[in-house]
Formats: sequence, C-alpha cells, structure tokens
Amino acid sequence: MAAASTLKNMAVCLTVVCLICSAVVGAAYAVTADPIAAAAQAKTTASIAAVLPAFDGTPEQGSIQVDGVDYTYYKAADAGYAIISTTSGFGGALTLMVGVENGGTIHNTAVLSHSETPGLGAKCTTDASFIDQFKGFNPAERTLTVKKDGGDLDAITASTITSRAYALAVSNAVAVYHKLTEGGQSNE
Amino acid sequence: MEYFLIIVSAIFVNNILLAQFLGICPFLGVSNKLSTATGMSGAVCFVITLATVVTYLLNQYLLAPFGLEFLQTISFILVIAALVQMVEIVLKKISPSLYQALGIFLPLITTNCAVLGVAITVVTKDFALGGNAPHMLNLGQATVYALATSLGYGLAMCLFAGLREHLAANDVPKAFKGLPIALITVGIMAMAFLGFSGIV
Amino acid sequence: MSKWHFVTDGFVKNNPTFVLVLGMCPTLATTTSAMNGLEMGLATMFVLILSNIVISLIAPMVPDKVRIPVYITVIATFVTVLQLLMQAFTPSVYETLGLFIPLIVVNCIVLGRAEGFANKHNVGESALDGIGVGLGFTASLTVIGIVREILGSGSLFGWKFIPGDGILAFVMAPGAFLVLGYLMVLFNKYLAKK
Repeated sequence: MAAASTLKNMAVCLTVVCLICSAVVGAAYAVTADPIAAAAQAKTTASIAAVLPAFDGTPEQGSIQVDGVDYTYYKAADAGYAIISTTSGFGGALTLMVGVENGGTIHNTAVLSHSETPGLGAKCTTDASFIDQFKGFNPAERTLTVKKDGGDLDAITASTITSRAYALAVSNAVAVYHKLTEGGQSNE
Repeated sequence: MEYFLIIVSAIFVNNILLAQFLGICPFLGVSNKLSTATGMSGAVCFVITLATVVTYLLNQYLLAPFGLEFLQTISFILVIAALVQMVEIVLKKISPSLYQALGIFLPLITTNCAVLGVAITVVTKDFALGGNAPHMLNLGQATVYALATSLGYGLAMCLFAGLREHLAANDVPKAFKGLPIALITVGIMAMAFLGFSGIV
Repeated sequence: MSKWHFVTDGFVKNNPTFVLVLGMCPTLATTTSAMNGLEMGLATMFVLILSNIVISLIAPMVPDKVRIPVYITVIATFVTVLQLLMQAFTPSVYETLGLFIPLIVVNCIVLGRAEGFANKHNVGESALDGIGVGLGFTASLTVIGIVREILGSGSLFGWKFIPGDGILAFVMAPGAFLVLGYLMVLFNKYLAKK
C-alpha cells in the first residue's frame, strides 16, 4: 500500500515525478518536432498542388494586407497564386486555399479547416456539385455570390450560410490576387 | 456588439452541454435534485471563469513566447487542479457560508472536462464573430466567453434537474429507469436548443 | 483461473460506457461516424494502458496525500505524448477528434482505473485491465458510431449504401443522447435476461 505522507516525502515525490514527466514530454517533443513540421508542410504543399495547375519548382510564400486583414499566399511563377482565405461560416472559422491562375480565373479551391455542421454545411468539403462550380470560374464575367444574393453560384442545400461564407472567402482571395498583381500590371 | 454575440452564442447556440458535450459526467451525476444542480452550477461558473483567465495569461506570457504550446494540456490541468484546491482553502477562510454551498462540489471540478475544455478552446480556436474575420479572443472577450459558457452550463443543468425531478415521480418501464430515460430527455432538450442555431 | 477475466470484465461487467457510465463527453461528441468512434476509443486505450502500467509500478512509492496530483501528472504526460505522436503521424485524425484528445486527461475512466484498480494490482494485471477497459470503451464508441452513421448518413465506415441524406438529427447533438439512451436500454435488457 501507499507510503505514509510526510511533508518531506510528498515534496520529494512530486518533484521527482514532475522532473521525469518533463523529461518524457521534452523527449517526445524533440522526436516528433520534425515529423510534425513535415506533416504540416506536406498538407500545405498538397493543397497548393490541388488548387493550381501543374507548376515547376517550389512556390514562394508571402503575406499581404488587404482591407486590414492579413493573408498568406504562395506564388508559383508560371501557374498563379494559392491564397489562404478565412471567413466566418455557420459553426466557426472556414479556411480555404484558393488557387487563382495568372489572368484572374479561379483554378480550384480546397477547404483547409472548418467547423460546419456534419451532414449540412460540412458538405462544403464533399459536395462535388457545389465545389466544382468554382473550377474555372472567371470573376470578371460572373458574380461570386450565391443565387439568393443575386450571384451565379448554387448554394449547398439547406446550408446557405456556409455557401455564402465559402463564396466570400473565394471572392476575398480574388481581391488579394488583384492587389498582388496590381503593382506589375496596368490597373484598368 | 461583439460581447453580445459571444454571450448569446455561448449560452444558447453553442451550449457547452447540449452542443459541445463538455462536462457531461457531473451533469448526469448531480442533476437529480434542483438544489444540488444549482450548487454545482455555481461552483463550475466560478472555477471556469477563474481558470480561463489564469490559463489564458499563462499561455500568453509564458508558453507562447517560448514556443512551448505543446505543454498546454499538462500545464493547464495542473494549474486547474492547484486553483481548485486554492479556491477551496480561500473560500473556507473568507466565506464559510459560500463554502457550505459550493464546497462539496469543488473537488469534483478538477476532472470536469468543461473547465479544461474551455481553457484550451479559448487559446487555440479562432472565433468567428459577426462579419469580422475570425480571430483569437483577447483577455476581456475570453473572460466574457468563459462566464457566458458557464452560465449556459448552469442553465442546461438547472432545466434538466427540474425535468428530472418530475421524471422520478413517473412510472417508467424498467429497462428505461434511471439514466436511459434521462439521456433520452436530454436528447429532446438538445433538439429544442438546435432551434437557436443560426441566430448568431 | 487464468487472468483472462481481467480483459473480459472490461467488456460486459465493467463496460465503461453502459455500466459504469464514465467518459461520457468523448462518447457523445466523437461518435458522429463509426470510424471516429473507433479512433477515439483507440486513442483513449493507448493512454489507459500506459498510465495503468506506470501507476501500478509507482503506486507503492507515492505518499497517499499526493497520489491524485501524481496520477494526473502521469496521465497528462501520456496524453501530451499521444498528442504529439498524432500530430506527427496521423494529422488528419488529430484534426477530426480535435479538442477531445487533450481532454483524455480528464476522462474519468483513466483516472478511475488508476485510482480504483492500478494502484492495488500488479503490473501485469493492470496492463490487462487497461486493455480490457480500453477495448470495452472502443467497442462501445464504435457501436454508437455505427448506429449514428447508419441512421444519420446512410453509410458505414464511410461506405454509403443508402442514397440520400439520412436523418440529420442523428449526426447532430440530439442524436448522440438519443442513441446512447436507447442502446443503454438494450444493454439493460440483455443484462436482466442473463
């Protein structure tokens, strides 16, 4: 059975246990730090590749401020920009990777993280008829809002708020793209 | 306006018990009587708010600057355990009557996952409020969020305790007696709370 | 008499979900699909086995009054290790289960087994108990996940066999309570018959 409690052995015991536990956690952190970074990197690389046409080399990371919000983007010289864009969905933050081709057409979009309702808004990750609308969407010719708001996008059934947030994230990314390319080209 | 959104969302829309499933064990355990339910709610309210403020500061000024976020789980639970102990001692000294009311619930709170859950949520999740871009809560918002969340906890707990007192008086089939019928009742209550979704 | 019963007890007689009614939060929150339930159960089992082993080893040396803080520290250590391993090697699972991985620390099953079993038994028995209770927990979560996935999404382990949307309420919060409640009724019936 457990040892009797005296102030001395309680203090010693707690100290020793804390030391050993810190050592174990520290060691685990040291071992897993690289794989964790690699996993995060792999996820970013995969989502960039998914939203942009095939390109050579490594995309160059940068950040820019548009309307007081910071955006992270990845520039792949011959393909375009992959822009991370976050808006408020139904259940919380909805974060997308949006690929904009050189010329301003959207190539593809991918959800990086969301907290939408399973079975409703969460369909924004699986509902092909919704997601595919963004492939090859040219914001110069059509409007990036759902039909309810007078745009050209069909919303996910029973999930207008999620669909709006998705559309807004994409159109914010397009705004970022224009700000990024503004410098080099004439702004008509 | 942001504060108002935080409060409504934390109490009704994302009710910690009925939508987030945190703190269910004590919820089922002490909701037999309205009086114990109120006592537990009070104690939870007190500890969640205090613990969130302390862990928020700990994270902001100690863990984050040194890149030690991976220690969140272990340091938060130790801080919460120590805090609960301290609250117990302090209450006993300065307000014996409050201690009488809340005291017996305090030791149970360390393992109430609502406390650790709220503390971790506040420092890791981006909150989407109104039309603004989602962002981390600042200290004031975190405190309000913790307080509102625990009020939501108390609301659900007291409503349920009221229902359960009535359930006890009813003739329930044998296999349903006790927890099963209670769980089904909570399910129906959760359905009612779904009606709040979308208002924020 | 073999030690096999330490494992089987965790399944029926000491089933953590339906009999002991412990660890309700992950049980309700992560069982939106069969796969999620299974993964959550396995994650909990990992912590449960390791903490049972370590606590049964150190229990005789720990002064009585500080045993709970010591147990919590040990459990929190294993949970942190699990978090790091999952982030490194199964990041998508870690993202799905989210908050409920760190919350294994306060899962009453883990502390309950430490306090109620591991500190009174030897290493071997504690490890077996960890496996048994862990498997019982995993099985319960998977069953709840299966029921909710079939009713809510019309699929099983991601394989869709009923077209259409299913009854959404079962994927959302109310369904968790209802399914658990009715399964508990069936379990009680089964125990009463025996």
